[in-house]
Amino acid sequence: MTQYGVILFHTTASVMRAEKLSIKKGVSVKLIPTPRQFSTDCGIALRFDWSCRDLIMSVLEEAQVESDAVHFLDTRPV
Amino acid sequence: MIYLDHAATSWPKPIEVIEAMTDVLESAGGNPGRSGHRVSIAAARIVYDTREEISRFFGVSDPLRVIFTGNATHAINLALIGMLKPGDHVVASSMEHNAVMRPLRSLEKKGIHLSIVRCASDGSLDVEDVADVVTSDTRLVILAHASNVVGTLLPVAEVAVVAHQAGALLLVDAAQTAGVIPIDMTAMGIDLLAFTGHKELQGPPGIGGLVIADNIDSAQIDPLICGGTGSRSESEEQPEDLPDKFESGTANLVGIAGLGAGLRRIKDIGIEETRAHLKTLARALIDGLSALPDITLYGTLDLDRSVAVVSFTVTGKRVSEIGFRLDQDYGILSRVGLHCAPAAHRTIGSFPEGTVRLAPGVFTTMDDIQQAIQAIGRIVRS
Repeated sequence: MTQYGVILFHTTASVMRAEKLSIKKGVSVKLIPTPRQFSTDCGIALRFDWSCRDLIMSVLEEAQVESDAVHFLDTRPV
Repeated sequence: MIYLDHAATSWPKPIEVIEAMTDVLESAGGNPGRSGHRVSIAAARIVYDTREEISRFFGVSDPLRVIFTGNATHAINLALIGMLKPGDHVVASSMEHNAVMRPLRSLEKKGIHLSIVRCASDGSLDVEDVADVVTSDTRLVILAHASNVVGTLLPVAEVAVVAHQAGALLLVDAAQTAGVIPIDMTAMGIDLLAFTGHKELQGPPGIGGLVIADNIDSAQIDPLICGGTGSRSESEEQPEDLPDKFESGTANLVGIAGLGAGLRRIKDIGIEETRAHLKTLARALIDGLSALPDITLYGTLDLDRSVAVVSFTVTGKRVSEIGFRLDQDYGILSRVGLHCAPAAHRTIGSFPEGTVRLAPGVFTTMDDIQQAIQAIGRIVRS
């Protein structure tokens, strides 16, 4: 089963940007409601395949997209 | 009906714009980014994609530096009220719209020092005159990219150099140029750009924005309004993150969708092609009106130095009478009076009567222009 991670962002604009950049680099991602166990925020978070963690983080770093935190979700969908 | 009031609002809107706005209400009308479900995400995607297209359109690399506002006036107020403090020195041209003049006059009462640089009677600005008043105390220089009264283009890039040498920033009001003149903020040295969606960007009324250049620290601008942003919800303090710092409250999703479609259409047609079309129309209009008796035309009358905005008066006739007769007898729609720019009309010598303003748009045809010239000819001779 796929193990997921989730990246939280400070703004909706940042998460939308991260999604676009990831797709452009061929990284499979999905926008999900921010899991409540990680944040009291009300927005959207970026879920990714945990095995792509280094790749996605380097994509974000290169584009200077500021993220809030990265969490391991395991096999739960959200 | 011949609509020649595009300098106020472009109309009719392209079908792509109308469809984008209808589509968003039918299929993606959630609250962008607030809720995390599919229509909220679809809405957030439209907002982000438009933000990205605008940043590219104006030569800024970070899309998060595009701040959506209700219009250019709102964007200008955000920059002026958000940045200026008592004691700051500010420079503006005498061709500015009241969107600039009124907030500046209001801030003047609160202690900012204002220098207005007088433009020539054709609306043009000598960069040396700006250099003469800019000092090390100058915080901001504000320029209309083009006059809404006579269309004259102001030397934005040259003034940027003068402003930056003194340590000041440059705010440009691009209400009349966005969509018809290429604007590269980075290449032109524009620090802050206010634009509106409802003129030549072909979008609907109620959407505009302030674009903050990549190298400008947004911490020096306070938000006009504070509130919910869908981010950092655990905090009761306004976030510093862009664009949320300046975008509290639910966004104008329908307006943003329309603006995005308008922008894509401009890119498809080509900004140079659009400008060439408008230049041809304005040239014919100026030449046709010049041949009529008792007409005074204002501005440079040089379409390499102006956008397609033509202002005139007729000796012995009130501008309101001309505008009314154009509308009632010929179905030709103009805008008469002071065009919310008393300083500009003082500069060109048409205050307080104002002028009749004709501004063609992307859908205007040469036949429309010829009919307008004939109608004005009949009114002049009557």
